[in-house]
Amino acid sequence: MKFIDEYRQPALIQRNLAELRQAITQRWVIMDVCGGQTHSLLRHGLEAALEDVLELVHGPGCPVCVTPAEAIDAAAELARRPNVIVASFGDMLRVPGQRGSLLQARAEGAKIRIVYSPMDAVELAASQPDQQIVFFGVGFETTVPATALALLHARQRRLTNFSLLVSHVRVEPAMRAVMQSAETRVQGFLAAGHVCTVTGYEHYHSFVAKFSVPVVVTGFEPLDLINGLFECVQSLEKGQPRLSNQYERSVSPTGNLRAQRLMEQVYEIVDAPWRGFGRIAGGGLAIRPEFREFDARVRFQLADAVCSPDGDCRSKEVMLGVIKPPECPLFGNRCTPETPVGAPMVSSEGACSAYYRYSRSNEVTS
Amino acid sequence: MCLGVPGRVAVWIDQDPLMALAEIDFGGLRKRCQMACVPEARVGDYVLVHAGVAITIIDEVAAEKLLATLADLGEMNPQEASFL
Repeated sequence: MKFIDEYRQPALIQRNLAELRQAITQRWVIMDVCGGQTHSLLRHGLEAALEDVLELVHGPGCPVCVTPAEAIDAAAELARRPNVIVASFGDMLRVPGQRGSLLQARAEGAKIRIVYSPMDAVELAASQPDQQIVFFGVGFETTVPATALALLHARQRRLTNFSLLVSHVRVEPAMRAVMQSAETRVQGFLAAGHVCTVTGYEHYHSFVAKFSVPVVVTGFEPLDLINGLFECVQSLEKGQPRLSNQYERSVSPTGNLRAQRLMEQVYEIVDAPWRGFGRIAGGGLAIRPEFREFDARVRFQLADAVCSPDGDCRSKEVMLGVIKPPECPLFGNRCTPETPVGAPMVSSEGACSAYYRYSRSNEVTS
Repeated sequence: MCLGVPGRVAVWIDQDPLMALAEIDFGGLRKRCQMACVPEARVGDYVLVHAGVAITIIDEVAAEKLLATLADLGEMNPQEASFL
């Protein structure tokens, strides 16, 4: 497929990997903050190919993973009520709350539908006027315009049986939390490319200035990732932390202003609980009071999500880049993708899950 | 989660600012996608689609520029590359 295959050419990957290795004089610690990038780095064998020269750590960049368990329990509880159908993205269904996953709830009779887009849930509401349709929306800024648009469509179409249960999170506050942690070892960041498609990257100037770390807006294909790492390494080697954009085909400095307007029209910035991480200042979005009739928490009188720790799992240290997943005593025995204990194991894009699936492979693949 | 899939705008269906809709061709598979964030997209443009919503128009010139850079870099000898 165009804009994918070109960035997976094996010969180019090998040559650029070799160039990257040549540019490195010390084992820098670089964090990616998007689960998609984590997944791609491990799936394509890039982390293994660079392991001896670079330390790649994977931040709290999987919104499915950091959705509070209580929000999942609330969605399951709603789906058990009469005349309520909960719709959500497929990858949200396997994630366990404190009382099981949505998939388990569905097996027990709860009414849960998988949709590809929040707009499909709006259509469901239009076609089933006697049912309350709740879209359980999670995601970073990439996904926020889609749920905002769904809400505005529902309002335009005067659908009184559509509402949103949202657990939207914001990337930059999580990166700040990483840098403000006393334990942090992170020396450079790959910024999440698709989040920046929406938000742009100019707001990272103050981040780079404050923390003196390079931030490189990076895409998701193997060549994009190698190129992003190359830029980050060069910045570190020169001792000149800078902000740069290596995903120019999709990201402009100011991002998509229309998408930002949709986001700001419907949501306001709030402090939010991140599973496995705790509360992050400015780390989430809540539906503005003027749209409260579309807020499932208001409509169904649900309590605000809190964030309980997941037992003795060390996911916070994993997400801060302090330890690698295999260093957690639960990894691979009590905690596996089938029976996850902590946030980064619950979805295929979480760092622990990606390690579990791919860390045995050392081959670079396209 | 933040997966974005590139597709080509095949035909516009609705150009209302809020309800904007177009059919997008993903390598032969066509799907209707929301276009409210990219109303300036023209038929033939590539857009990046996430969760049914086109979130940006892909800049083909920038894409080619990067590929050319990556191809050049791969051909340089290591000493040259280290001075970049």
